[in-house]
Amino acid sequence: MSIVVLNRRNLLVAGGSILAAGASGLLLPARADGLAPTETMSGGANNYRKGAAIVERIGKGGFWMSGTVRRAGDGAPLAGQRIQIWAHTVEGQEHEPQSHGATLTDKDGKFRLEMPQIIPIFGQPHGHLAYDSDEFKTVFLRPVMRSLKETSLEAHFVLQPA
Amino acid sequence: MTGWRLARAVLIWGALGVAIGVPIAAAATSEQLAWRGPVYILAGFAGIVALGLVLIQPLLIGGYLPGFLGYRGRRAHHWIGGALVLAIVIHVAGLWITSPPDMIDALTYASPTPFSPFGVTAMWAIFAVALLASLRRRLGLRPRTWRFVHMPLAIVIVAGSVAHCLLIEGTMETISKAALCALILAATVKAMVDLQVWRKRRTLRGEGVARQ
Repeated sequence: MSIVVLNRRNLLVAGGSILAAGASGLLLPARADGLAPTETMSGGANNYRKGAAIVERIGKGGFWMSGTVRRAGDGAPLAGQRIQIWAHTVEGQEHEPQSHGATLTDKDGKFRLEMPQIIPIFGQPHGHLAYDSDEFKTVFLRPVMRSLKETSLEAHFVLQPA
Repeated sequence: MTGWRLARAVLIWGALGVAIGVPIAAAATSEQLAWRGPVYILAGFAGIVALGLVLIQPLLIGGYLPGFLGYRGRRAHHWIGGALVLAIVIHVAGLWITSPPDMIDALTYASPTPFSPFGVTAMWAIFAVALLASLRRRLGLRPRTWRFVHMPLAIVIVAGSVAHCLLIEGTMETISKAALCALILAATVKAMVDLQVWRKRRTLRGEGVARQ
């Protein structure tokens, strides 16, 4: 039995668990080098249109999408990163081109883009964000609004090298 | 029909009309509709209608709807079951056209929305019941076997449909939606208790005769 327990798969699982526990930051919250990369959320890439233009704001605005982009491991802010944003809004459905836009992060790794009010599609008021450039691994996020009446939404990226 | 029976029939049918009509009417006034295309709107209302049909089913089979007792009630139950399948097909097809990736996620149980698995599970249970009902005679299913198969699936359909719609933030107005769901649960429990669906067939028949 002991031979079965010590196979490669179990060692990998055990090793992975230790890594995950360390990366979770629960044991050592002050240690920045444990910052885990953000996972792509399920459904995050739905109705994505690659290469949305960088815009001052999407449509007529009225709703704010904001967030941060940091590097996995040390948590350093990443400036000049292109974040693409789209959603079902009062000005168009999720797949329509006018519902899409992109913005760049500032020197503190923050981004903020005005867009039309998000409204529920498929039973949840939610937005979509993508980091999809070459330097880091692609990540798709799909944050959900707590209430229909909210006029802003946040999403945060922690990226790992591609 | 005596005056009392007529009044009772009018009241029951009126109440059913309100229970299903008010949520549909309330959804029809939703401001969300302004931002939706016709196919998405149709898909949404097909879902609401399906929920209404789920309320009618236990009422028919329990014999609570005047004019549809016994054989007529069972025949209507079959037809409404068919209509339910049609409504679900329109619901799913319309949502697929509206946003194919979101519908594929839902059907493959990979959706981020918590209500999707409930709806998809209820859908499969509805399809399974409809398929088995249409083959019931050919398969030679005895009433007891049929109940044994249908009752768990009926519970899955009712519980799945109610959970599905309560968790959705869409065009339905909250209170009328919750009231319709409460009625569906109550009608299902009452029909199952009254028909003694968990008793053995022989016992049921014996008691039925004794009661007459």
